[in-house]
Amino acid sequence: MAPLVACAASDSEVPLRPPRLEQTFVTGSVAGPSGKIPQVLSVLKRLDHWGSIKARWGVGRMHYAVDPGLYALGSPQECSPVLVTANYKMSFDCLREALPGRDAWILVLETEGINVWCAAGKGTFGTEELIRRITASGLKDMVKHRDLILPQLGAPGVAAHLVRKQSGFKVHYGPILARDVAAYLDANLRATAEMRRKAFPLRERAVLIPIEIVATLKPAMIIIPILLLISGFGGEEGFLRNIAHDGIFSLLAFLCAILSGAVLTPLLLPYLPGRAFTSKGIAVGLPLAMVLLYAWGPDLRSWRNILFGGAWLLLIPALSAYLAMNFTGASTYTSLSGVKREMRWALPLEIGAGLSGFATLLASRFF
Amino acid sequence: MKDLIYLKDVVTLRVDTDKCTGCAMCLEVCPHGVLAIDEKRVRIGNRDACMECGACSRNCPVDAMSVEAGVGCAAAVINGMLNWQGTACCCSVDPNNPSAGKAAGTCCS
Repeated sequence: MAPLVACAASDSEVPLRPPRLEQTFVTGSVAGPSGKIPQVLSVLKRLDHWGSIKARWGVGRMHYAVDPGLYALGSPQECSPVLVTANYKMSFDCLREALPGRDAWILVLETEGINVWCAAGKGTFGTEELIRRITASGLKDMVKHRDLILPQLGAPGVAAHLVRKQSGFKVHYGPILARDVAAYLDANLRATAEMRRKAFPLRERAVLIPIEIVATLKPAMIIIPILLLISGFGGEEGFLRNIAHDGIFSLLAFLCAILSGAVLTPLLLPYLPGRAFTSKGIAVGLPLAMVLLYAWGPDLRSWRNILFGGAWLLLIPALSAYLAMNFTGASTYTSLSGVKREMRWALPLEIGAGLSGFATLLASRFF
Repeated sequence: MKDLIYLKDVVTLRVDTDKCTGCAMCLEVCPHGVLAIDEKRVRIGNRDACMECGACSRNCPVDAMSVEAGVGCAAAVINGMLNWQGTACCCSVDPNNPSAGKAAGTCCS
């Protein structure tokens, strides 16, 4: 199915189409002033779960979207709350799944299949788009009240005071997590301090790991054959026997570096020393490299082995540090100023260690 | 668990206490409890916890908060430097405006 590309955020001339009824998760419709409004349930289907799993692994993730516009969760009335979310399907599913047995309006903004927080940072989950969707959806005729509930993490993109001035709707920032929305509604739109804090618990770090691994696959497909090829040269044994020894070790070492930077560092994040992600990546990568080399137990009387081992002692921490540094983007608490500061010393260090490690690896093949 | 804190003394967050009316909207939208309020004036209580998401300044009706909002994502910064449209993380960034966009954010938990 071709992705439905709706009008660009800046293109306000194009009339906004209402969401289609023939989306897989739509179970029915309710009558609206200008046609049928798609109805959804809080229970997710197998297809919804499967879609989430695929998106976590990067399959179809960039087009995992629902049509923007107004939806009915259950059978909402004119006094039912209006919840605003992004058109990333995982965000939409998360919200409705968190509201079993409740009736509400869900106003989905066009964020090009990006989650609320990212889209708010970009401004697509923003004041303009919100006002445009309010008008286009005919929300004013569907509800008596003038209250909207937005996820708190939408706040970087939405100016609540401007929304009120321009649309008449008052923006209430709800809790950060969809799972707290029910409690927030029951407490007369009051969120506890805890609901307003973005933590980064183990579970949230863990679900991000697949996409970190997938990101390394493409470069790995190029790097692994090169490592195997390099390992074959030099020495007293033949090319293939070299690959069977040093080549397999190179492969293991490379995978270890990915494991270190893209899996272990995210998992152990709060317990690793240093504030910079690069430090954390080294703190995992260096000990791991030493353990791997110890297990390999090379004959250190040969220059070939010393250089080969030394190369990986540089390469594993360097790669781990680089991958860890890139995890700043997935983390929930790093500032741009901080990332730039870190990169100023970390990037030269990683590139320097990486290049000298690679040069040492090549040099080892001449012995 | 204690909140994770990134680097010290780097963020660009500023409060203009003369403009502040004490409406506390910024306190409500801040995801890291950076701000505090004393006698109807907002102050920065925990500067290093700020991630420069820009929620406070965007929602300040009197323009008292300022911050260079942006995405704390190394991949995006690198993509910006190389003029690439990155897809490594969700913060694929407009090379002309590398400060737009914020990464991460899982809504499920």
